[in-house]
Amino acid sequence: MSHHIVEFQDVRYHYPDGTAALNGLSLRITHGEAVGIVGANGAGKSTLLLHINGSILPASGSIIIGDLQLTAQTRKEVRKKVGMIFQNPDDQLFMPTVYDDVAFGPLNLGLGRERAAERVEEALRIVGCQGLRDRPPHHLSSGQKSSVAIASVIAMQPEILVMDEPASSLDPRSRRQLINLLNAFDHTKIVASHDLDFILETCERCIIVRDGRVMADGAAETVLADKTLLEENNLELPLSLKNNPLPRHKGAAMNDLDKLKHLIEHWKEHNKEHARTYREWAGKAASLGKNDLAGVLGEIAAETSRIDELFIKADGLLG
Amino acid sequence: MFDEGYFNLGYLDTLSYKNTFVHRLDPRAKLIATVAFVVTVVSFPKYEITGLLPFFLFPVLLFSLGDIPVKFILKKVLLVSSFALFIGIFNPLLDRQIVYSCWGFPVSRGWISFFSIMLKFFLTITSALLLIATTSFPGICHALRKLGVPGIFISQLLFLYRYLFVLVEEAMKAVRARDMRSFGRQGKGMKTFVSLVGTLFLRTVERAERIYQAMLSRGFSGNLHLMRPHRVSGADIVFLSSTMVLLYLFRVHDVVGAMGSLSMGTF
Amino acid sequence: MHMADALLSPAVGAAFWAGTVGTISYCSKKLTDTMEEKLIPLMGVLGAFIFAAQMINFTIPGTGSSGHLGGGMILAVILGPYAAFIVMASVLTVQALFFADGGLLALGCNIWNLGLYPCFVAYPLIFRPLAGSGGSRRRLTIASLLGGVVGLQLGAISVVIETLLSGRSELPFSTFALLMQPIHLAIGVVEGIVTAGVINFIRAARPEILEGSLSARPLSAHLPIKKVFIGFLVAAVLTGGVMSWFASSNPDGLEWSIQKVFGRPDLPGQTSGIAHALKSIQEKTALLPDYGFRKADDDKGRASATSVSGLIGSALVLAGVLLIGYIIRALRRKSA
Repeated sequence: MSHHIVEFQDVRYHYPDGTAALNGLSLRITHGEAVGIVGANGAGKSTLLLHINGSILPASGSIIIGDLQLTAQTRKEVRKKVGMIFQNPDDQLFMPTVYDDVAFGPLNLGLGRERAAERVEEALRIVGCQGLRDRPPHHLSSGQKSSVAIASVIAMQPEILVMDEPASSLDPRSRRQLINLLNAFDHTKIVASHDLDFILETCERCIIVRDGRVMADGAAETVLADKTLLEENNLELPLSLKNNPLPRHKGAAMNDLDKLKHLIEHWKEHNKEHARTYREWAGKAASLGKNDLAGVLGEIAAETSRIDELFIKADGLLG
Repeated sequence: MFDEGYFNLGYLDTLSYKNTFVHRLDPRAKLIATVAFVVTVVSFPKYEITGLLPFFLFPVLLFSLGDIPVKFILKKVLLVSSFALFIGIFNPLLDRQIVYSCWGFPVSRGWISFFSIMLKFFLTITSALLLIATTSFPGICHALRKLGVPGIFISQLLFLYRYLFVLVEEAMKAVRARDMRSFGRQGKGMKTFVSLVGTLFLRTVERAERIYQAMLSRGFSGNLHLMRPHRVSGADIVFLSSTMVLLYLFRVHDVVGAMGSLSMGTF
Repeated sequence: MHMADALLSPAVGAAFWAGTVGTISYCSKKLTDTMEEKLIPLMGVLGAFIFAAQMINFTIPGTGSSGHLGGGMILAVILGPYAAFIVMASVLTVQALFFADGGLLALGCNIWNLGLYPCFVAYPLIFRPLAGSGGSRRRLTIASLLGGVVGLQLGAISVVIETLLSGRSELPFSTFALLMQPIHLAIGVVEGIVTAGVINFIRAARPEILEGSLSARPLSAHLPIKKVFIGFLVAAVLTGGVMSWFASSNPDGLEWSIQKVFGRPDLPGQTSGIAHALKSIQEKTALLPDYGFRKADDDKGRASATSVSGLIGSALVLAGVLLIGYIIRALRRKSA
């Protein structure tokens, strides 16, 4: 018997205008699971997620998060357990600087300034964004925004991570980084997305929702490889399974070695990106006639690229 | 026109995150110094010209120490739709008493007061722009909070700043779509404007709802906490006190006159 | 029309800042006591909305010139006067910094002119009674139109008064007012029509947003009339105080200024008793001693100083300032 469960029992909800969004939905997710929620637009995915952190309360049925029954009284406690990452990072990052934003949650938890500062540093380190702390969110790329949004949530040390379309605004490289990052977490994860490949790579279990009900629930490789089932639900096979119908292995629970491997991969990507940025700006500085500056930036780029080799070396040592 | 406004906004904002001696100074010190500067400049009487000249030292110092592009700021100052110019230009028309003849050219009091207004305009506007070019907006908000401005107003400023760029970008997309499909003046009238702004408004309200959800899910309970320990350093004290001393000296002593008679004495 | 630093005297600027700061504090207190926390992000984002909307221009029919939105009325209708004033104040603050609209000293005047009148006069006294419960489209339109016009007329006359009190402009009251009011009548009408359009648009799409402000609640629930009058009283006393200050400092040491500028003390039109008047001013403005006055005392002995020395001095000061800037730049380049 594990704690950190998410349990929906016959949950119903309809919006004020009468549209039914959840129609007797039941599911149970236990500690450490990574679950993908898929379904066409209007199937009820977002409504389901909004219930998990108590943004809306069910009209009937019951929801248990951890050991708490979700009610108007307990929703504040529930929110401490559930870290919700919204679809648009611009809505999620509402504070004027990265640092203030990541500190927002810990300070609301009542942590003192020093402990909050430690949490911020740690969260930024995990997502590889220490360098961005004093930047305002509107100076960040979408990949950086998405990393910071995750930092702002994990700084609260939630037990369950809930994500709504986490990869929708990301370019392929940032998407890859996000996948690596998520696979390094051992939180309970619930990810709603139209990006079925993303689900396939990050979740071992997948739930299909339609008309506010669970239509299928099972191992991600099985559910997402079932062409008929997917098409019935207005979905289609993930690209990676289209040409290669054999489902690939997706490790269930990862051990620390695997996690380290993912993290090193993640850090390496970040480092490469930094090096590229430095080089790019060295070029721009040169075109502005600031040759000395360009030189220094070039040196920084070269130095950063050297760290790449260390990462490759580290990777090799993992075996 | 819209694009240029947005570009200027973004560029000024980017400048404020530079890392120079001036940028590193405590925002409070810069804010207080700027306000003192503006008040001192404005306190000169109507027909003052020479007394204002030494004050150009301040913008020049900020431009050079803060590594701020002079052309960019000057262009902004000159292009700013100037109410001061509009009103000031009446002075030469209304006050034509000749008080001085400059190598045969008669100069009226009206021209002197007009020129004085223009000098003040240039100095005050430049100082406001230099404040924001050398101090990040969140920094200014911190300074205001520390100086006792109500918390609600500060969180209002912070939110406004945070979503300014998001919404201006959204508006820009809508304007581009409008302009792409309108020809000449057709399609740029009030009707299109109303539905464009109305739509933008509705999207804004929806965004506010989503933001509120995001805030709640991170434990928001009515307070926006800010963490940024600003310790007053020696540099801040030196900066602020020397500014104040210079402002006082320039206000009370006739620097130009002194320089003039000194040079007359020498030659 | 944004008031500008260069047209203000410190006393007038400070007086209006005091009024503005007082109103902001009052509104903040009012909001802290009663506001739903949900309003915090809404206010913030609506501020950004007004800012963005003001950057969009449109063609005014029949003229070919372009107009844009003021926003005070729309905000008051949606958020109520207290929150709307705070939002307007924040928008104008950001504009004063990023767009250099007016300057920092004039910001107090600008928040007063463009925030206070729409939120605390036009909205409660014109819009609300005329709009009624918001049931009729025509009533909403008329209410927005008149509200927009009145708000801008008050703002414009306020600019006239601020300028005249500061004594930097030569424009007499009547000319100035005749110049300002008709322009702002036109701007007000356009603003009113656009406001009406946007409010009607919102009413059609999301009527519940307006419910709070247009419901049949009595006006007193929103803004007690008594407090409005007290507010006006305070404003009147404030203005009166500034006016009297101005009246006493009217002979503003003109002769001395000119002497200092051109080194010649004797000017036509010099009246007696001014030295006396100036002494009393100097006592009043001890904080910012009048440069011209001091100089007058010092200069008596060396009235022979010629205008040539003034010109040379000016040139030297400016050259020195520029040289300093140039040297710092060069040093920075070198060290970089």
